[in-house]
Amino acid sequence: MKSLLKHRLAWPVIALAALLLLNQIFRPDFLGLRMQDGHLYGSLVDIMRNGAPTILIALGMTLVIATRGIDLSVGAVVAIAGAASCAYIAASPDPGSPVTAATAVVIAVVAALALGVWNGFLVSTIGVQPIIATLVLMTAGRGIAQLITGGQIISVSNDHYKSIGAGYLFTLPISILITAAVFVLAAVLTRRTALGTLIEAVGINPVASRLAGLRSRNIIWIVYVFSAVCAAVAGLMISSNVTAADANNAGLYIEMDAILAVVIGGTSLAGGRYTLVGTVVGAFIIQTLTTTVYTLGIPPEVTLVFKALVVITVCLLQAPKARTLLSSLKAAPKPAAKEKVAI
Amino acid sequence: MSPLSTLTPLTVKKPSPARSRLRGGARYAPTLATVGLFIAMFAVGAGMYPSFLSGQVFLNLFIDNTFLIVLAVGMTFVILTGGIDLSVGAVVALSMMVSATLLQQGWNAGAVIVLVLLIGGGLGLLMGLIIQYFDIQPFIVTLAGMFLARGLCYVISLDSIPVTEGFFTGMAQAQIPLPGDLFVSPGVLLALGIVAIAFFVLHHTRFGRTVYAIGGSEHSAMLMGLPVKSTKILVYALSGLCSAVAGILFSFYSLSGYSLAAQGMELDAIAAVVIGGTLLTGGTGYVLGSVVGVLVLGIVQTFIAYDGTLSSWWTKIVIGGLLLVFILLQRLFARKAG
Repeated sequence: MKSLLKHRLAWPVIALAALLLLNQIFRPDFLGLRMQDGHLYGSLVDIMRNGAPTILIALGMTLVIATRGIDLSVGAVVAIAGAASCAYIAASPDPGSPVTAATAVVIAVVAALALGVWNGFLVSTIGVQPIIATLVLMTAGRGIAQLITGGQIISVSNDHYKSIGAGYLFTLPISILITAAVFVLAAVLTRRTALGTLIEAVGINPVASRLAGLRSRNIIWIVYVFSAVCAAVAGLMISSNVTAADANNAGLYIEMDAILAVVIGGTSLAGGRYTLVGTVVGAFIIQTLTTTVYTLGIPPEVTLVFKALVVITVCLLQAPKARTLLSSLKAAPKPAAKEKVAI
Repeated sequence: MSPLSTLTPLTVKKPSPARSRLRGGARYAPTLATVGLFIAMFAVGAGMYPSFLSGQVFLNLFIDNTFLIVLAVGMTFVILTGGIDLSVGAVVALSMMVSATLLQQGWNAGAVIVLVLLIGGGLGLLMGLIIQYFDIQPFIVTLAGMFLARGLCYVISLDSIPVTEGFFTGMAQAQIPLPGDLFVSPGVLLALGIVAIAFFVLHHTRFGRTVYAIGGSEHSAMLMGLPVKSTKILVYALSGLCSAVAGILFSFYSLSGYSLAAQGMELDAIAAVVIGGTLLTGGTGYVLGSVVGVLVLGIVQTFIAYDGTLSSWWTKIVIGGLLLVFILLQRLFARKAG
């Protein structure tokens, strides 16, 4: 039991379980799943579906943070991807065809590749601090998205495009399946090949890893491109779910949610150590928190206050200084009580 | 090592003191470049639109950006220590909401202002304490502060609350006449006063020297026996206080409180500080540079207003472009000096 509690995923998982339990107490059918019209329904499915874009972006963010970086531009990339694909569909001669939808997706992903290469170039080749290098695109990106949409909200009607964010396959929402696929891909690439170790090495000491013969630059490049592509796919989900591109509000503050998910999940912002599973748990905590606020009948505007309190509590619990303080007190029930207060 | 610089993948070589003394002029180069840019933009504007070249257009840059100047002052202190404060925009909004609500309930204007300053300063102090004592990244702590302040705004009200109280409307309409039919608002004088105090504190007090020393190398500053802990905490308290002042100035300007106000203003403040020549790794920069940075952002907006055919989103793209040019310049200077 004690060794279980020491596992780095212990606190995030306990927090998530407590949140789900809290919901179950207030709404007895909360954890229930049912089939309806061949689709799986239930609050858990809703949480996963609504959280899919955040999870995707948080996965990309995890790898970026693992190299001691940070990517503030993901929200802007979400807006650009949605704007580019919707603008293409709206302007095409055959706006309802599957070919148009597929081309729109390709355009968004290619744009994201370019933006990721740009971020990676600033960070790895020019050597700009990641927080500032990506701030450039964060500031300018939303302007570019507005430029693409002409400042309007572009609505599209293409059933194939709509299915990315709102469709079902094998009884499950397609957005969940896409997110799961990206997670498996990222997990296999980083845990079954050397890539993960290389990323950690770059995060722990970029200079030493370069001197040891690692191509740090290429690895940094790869993580920023991956992050941008994740953001673009999330942008496609968001815009296809509402069948419209809103350059101003699509993905607003999603970078903050993604960073929080990564931190809550137990990845250190100092780089070097990361956990993809933790990030997914962290993103679930954030999404469940939003749902909990609704379940408890608290006005939704309080969500942000809750988020702030949870973030600070989890960060404090994970801070080495707080841990030494707690272990010196030797009072096991105390941190648990603290956790409950924050939730 | 400052917490922010741990995010740097490639070590940014700081100019060693001896080398930078040899190339003393390079220290001012980024700030001078900003001044040059501002003058050039003003000249181009004057060439394109005859009415651009008026004293009032210049003064309006101050009048329309008083709050951003005050924010940039606080942000300069934080960035000089190598930290960052993402909460400032949300604290501005919170200050506006608190003052608008309390004024509506008939509170005295003076009491409201004091309370708002206490809230802003207190929130900053709290964030500083957490950053210092638990050794958590400023980025994350101030992000949580941003969520907290913005969330409290929503809790107070989702609607815009008008301000009709006498002192606030008086401050909004007051014009201080200057020679030649020109005028400024009282807020401008307050903002410039804060800039003057900040300038004095940074360059002529022990506290200011400690701020620069922490940005140069926190570890060395600690070994020299400087009060690193208290200085770092105070810097965040100062930034919170500046945000509260900026919130009051913004209330004078807009005569309302709205929970969505000042969205993204923290980015404008950071951009102004960077464009003004302050190194984000800390240790180098000038508060006057940040003021010029705010003026550059202001003149971009004026340009777009004068042009009429350019849409508002060009502001964002141009500011992003300027930010890029200036960080590239910074890299160039850092490399040359290092």
